[in-house]
Amino acid sequence: MGLFTELKDSISRVTDRLFSAEEPKRIGIYGPPNAGKTTLANRIARDWTGDVVGAESRIPHETRRARRKENVEIERDGKTVTIDIVDTPGVTTKVDYEEFTDEMDKEDAIRRSREATEGVAEAMHWLREDVDGVVYVLDSAEDPITQVNTMLIGIIESRDLPVLIFANKIDLEESSVKRIEDAFPQHRTVPLSAKEGDNMDEVYDSIAEYFG
Amino acid sequence: MPEATEADDLDPGDGVRIDLISSERMEGLATMEKIRMILDGVHEGNIVILEEGLTPDEESRLIEATMAEITPDEFNGIEIETYPKAGSRESSLIGRLMGGDGGANKLTVIGPANQIQTLHKDETLISALVSRQ
Repeated sequence: MGLFTELKDSISRVTDRLFSAEEPKRIGIYGPPNAGKTTLANRIARDWTGDVVGAESRIPHETRRARRKENVEIERDGKTVTIDIVDTPGVTTKVDYEEFTDEMDKEDAIRRSREATEGVAEAMHWLREDVDGVVYVLDSAEDPITQVNTMLIGIIESRDLPVLIFANKIDLEESSVKRIEDAFPQHRTVPLSAKEGDNMDEVYDSIAEYFG
Repeated sequence: MPEATEADDLDPGDGVRIDLISSERMEGLATMEKIRMILDGVHEGNIVILEEGLTPDEESRLIEATMAEITPDEFNGIEIETYPKAGSRESSLIGRLMGGDGGANKLTVIGPANQIQTLHKDETLISALVSRQ
């Protein structure tokens, strides 16, 4: 592909995103397992639709299939922004069924790991094909500089997708939002606790600003 | 350079095999050929080191392909480590507008998840512990 064609395509993708206000934007909630993606998706859905997206659990890979909540209307400053929330399984490069055998029998653990691998593959495919923007959720009590995080942020950047980083779990004592800001200074980081509902006003302001 | 067949003749019980793949060898391969070569090596218990890393798109396809091949009690995925890409934090709007695929100028280490464990990683050093199965 020639330089000018590439430039034209890139500009066209950016302007399409900026000016096509009719369709709800599909916002993928991505991040490592147990960062609180489903808790956040449920918090947003509950606040604006009264409904939830999926079950939450402390066991990794509770979300094994991407789930979508459509037409979530978020009102900010008298303006309404409509998004489809896509809650995705936690991205990882390995899944070992033995991680789950403390919580369930071997057969269920194997089934869970199979579903998790299919879910991660699907989430990666959708990231390349089917989302208009990304909310990247990190556990602010954990080290953000992992291979999966840097790889995923790189993939998102390479696709020119608008991305907001949410530093979740600020209610935890070990939380450090600065560690996340320092790790990914090229992106805006919004601190929050999806579980406690802390700082959700800024969350909605930033969603409206980035994806509206 | 030793013939591939000589390496294949080695008994894996002797140790852990490390395949260092030059950028030249990767250059002519399509994305799925690269991924197949990496995963075939990892399935055999080898550590694969790429002189030139994968593009972001190739990385996402590698994760997807890895997930499709995970099987209980046999293969539980990969460990992958790369140096942070120089200048990624300064990625400019112009750079992104130019449709950049992110480039792939970083060394990448990939191994079976049950055999490789990263001990330390920073911008200039990846320290990994590799164990036999």
